[in-house]
Amino acid sequence: MAKAIIGTEHLNKTYGKKDSLFIALKDINLDIKQGESIAIIGKSGSGKSTLMHLLALLDSPTSGEITVNGESSSRLSRRQKDKLRNKQFGFVFQQFFLNANNSVLDNVILPLKIAGKSRRERNRLGMKALEDVELADKANNKANDLSGGQKQRVVIARALINDPNIIFADEPTGNLDSVTGQKIEEMLFSLNKTKNITLIIVTHDADLAARCDRQIRIKDGQIEQETK
Amino acid sequence: MKFLDILGSASSNMLRSKVRTILTITAIFIGAFTITLTVGISSGVSSYIDKQLGNIGAENVLLIRPKVDLDTGSGPKKYDPEHTVNSAAQARSGNVTLTSKDIEKIKTQDGIKDVQPIIAAVPDYIQNGSGDKYQISTQSFIDGSRFDLASGKLPDNSAIQPEVLLPVSFVSPLGFSSNESAVGQTVTFAIKTSLGKQEMVSAKISGVQQQSLLSDAGGASANKKLISELTAIQTRGLPADTANKYPAASAQLASGISDSQLQMIKDGLKSKGYQALTVADQIGIIKQVIDAITYVLIFFGAIALLAASFGIINTLYMSVQERTKEIGLMKAMGMSRSKVFLLFSVEAILLGFWGSGIGALAAIGAGQLVNKIASAGFLKDLPGFSLTEFPILSIASIMLLIMTIAFLAGTLPARRAAKQDPIDALRYE
Repeated sequence: MAKAIIGTEHLNKTYGKKDSLFIALKDINLDIKQGESIAIIGKSGSGKSTLMHLLALLDSPTSGEITVNGESSSRLSRRQKDKLRNKQFGFVFQQFFLNANNSVLDNVILPLKIAGKSRRERNRLGMKALEDVELADKANNKANDLSGGQKQRVVIARALINDPNIIFADEPTGNLDSVTGQKIEEMLFSLNKTKNITLIIVTHDADLAARCDRQIRIKDGQIEQETK
Repeated sequence: MKFLDILGSASSNMLRSKVRTILTITAIFIGAFTITLTVGISSGVSSYIDKQLGNIGAENVLLIRPKVDLDTGSGPKKYDPEHTVNSAAQARSGNVTLTSKDIEKIKTQDGIKDVQPIIAAVPDYIQNGSGDKYQISTQSFIDGSRFDLASGKLPDNSAIQPEVLLPVSFVSPLGFSSNESAVGQTVTFAIKTSLGKQEMVSAKISGVQQQSLLSDAGGASANKKLISELTAIQTRGLPADTANKYPAASAQLASGISDSQLQMIKDGLKSKGYQALTVADQIGIIKQVIDAITYVLIFFGAIALLAASFGIINTLYMSVQERTKEIGLMKAMGMSRSKVFLLFSVEAILLGFWGSGIGALAAIGAGQLVNKIASAGFLKDLPGFSLTEFPILSIASIMLLIMTIAFLAGTLPARRAAKQDPIDALRYE
């Protein structure tokens, strides 16, 4: 049995105070192992995005614990969390978040630039990541000139470039037609298999969710059902 | 993120919205241009004045004249044989002079090392060989005075030969091809005795002196030998008390005199009936006017910069607004708050850098142009005077100051960017 890479214990998240108190997440207990693929599903407003943000250390819980690599995140400083996200997490967003005017390569290497890697190293790894997503020939194109599917592949290359342990994907196929969506899906799962990267996918898409090792259905801030 | 990468990113971010950036830079440019040009003019004028300080006399030299009572408002003054103050009426008739007795009296003042009368002689003309004759006035050269030399050396008071320091305006009328060729040549002065008989004195040109804002036009400085020969002829046949009259005296101060001691010496001389002026006093008024103009212009420049800094704030706020998602993404990917802050601060500093840099360059360009026009026009008679001067240190400190202002203006938007919550930015509702 593989070790838990990320987990939660009695995780709660609330917004507002007293009368306007809104419970976004209630008593979430999770254990995600290295190399697992997890789908977080649920209606919009169910709290699934909040859960992903908490797992990705982009947000802090109101109470409860998140452990990453066996270490409690509440003990990490902001700088340590920044570093952890930069080195071990990859992000894939529905809306891509590419800098439209920069080249494809510049977009891909952004995490390395933030990490302070040299230009040569950045470009070398950037080209490698682009080859992995079969977009090496587009390296110098502007990100804006690509199709939706190509953009999402650039985003995947960007998520891969720091050789992450976990990829957080928020509706990765939400903006794509079914054929390109399929291709992106293949790509994510092949990474999951070949590189043993943990996948945490937030999605509406039942087919995509079904391909994951586990599905966690969230309703009104609570885990309603967990299927394998 | 490495600093060079931040610099590069900030540069390319700045160019993303070109029109907005150019407008902001223009605002900074106006302030930088005004201040640089003002500082340029002020430093040009003061360095000229500093040169002139030497022209008039050494720094530890007092120019002493009889005190002139210019108070004519209270009616005619009673005659008082003991009263040493000269009246305005006397001053007007050119009758205010120092005598040998005055010189002795001045010597008794504490703090004064040596007093030399300034002796003036008025030759009829100066002539080079058999060339044209020109009017000229001469006065004694005081040791320690510094002149703005165009060529040659200062006259030597210990020389046994008569020597003269010629104003540059006399060089070509006297038939010399250049300042250098005039040095070492001999010119002739013609001067009348009190009985009207004209005699000749020859003198070697020791050097050529630049015309100056403050020195008398057409005056040549003569060494001891020359001035004594000239005055000997001029006063021949006059009674002694008429002969030994001097328009002014030059007093050498003891070295290491403080400002308060200097004031005491001046007050002491004043009570004795003399007016004592340092070189700084003599040109103080000019400097005050220049300074006042400088302050006013710098004030305008500062207002322009103040307006420009609001421009910077506005530009960067818009930039932060537009790049909300990008900032959120970078923060999600682990960019620290301080780096985000730095990214926007550097952008602000870059705006300041370009605005002040271009402004300074334009001011230097304009300064050169003004110099060219001025030296061909109203400053024609003042060689050695460049109206504007741009010392590299002043330019650098102006740029640094403006970049600091830009940075301070940028801290507000940069702080907002740094504090931005990545989740808000990445939410896709």
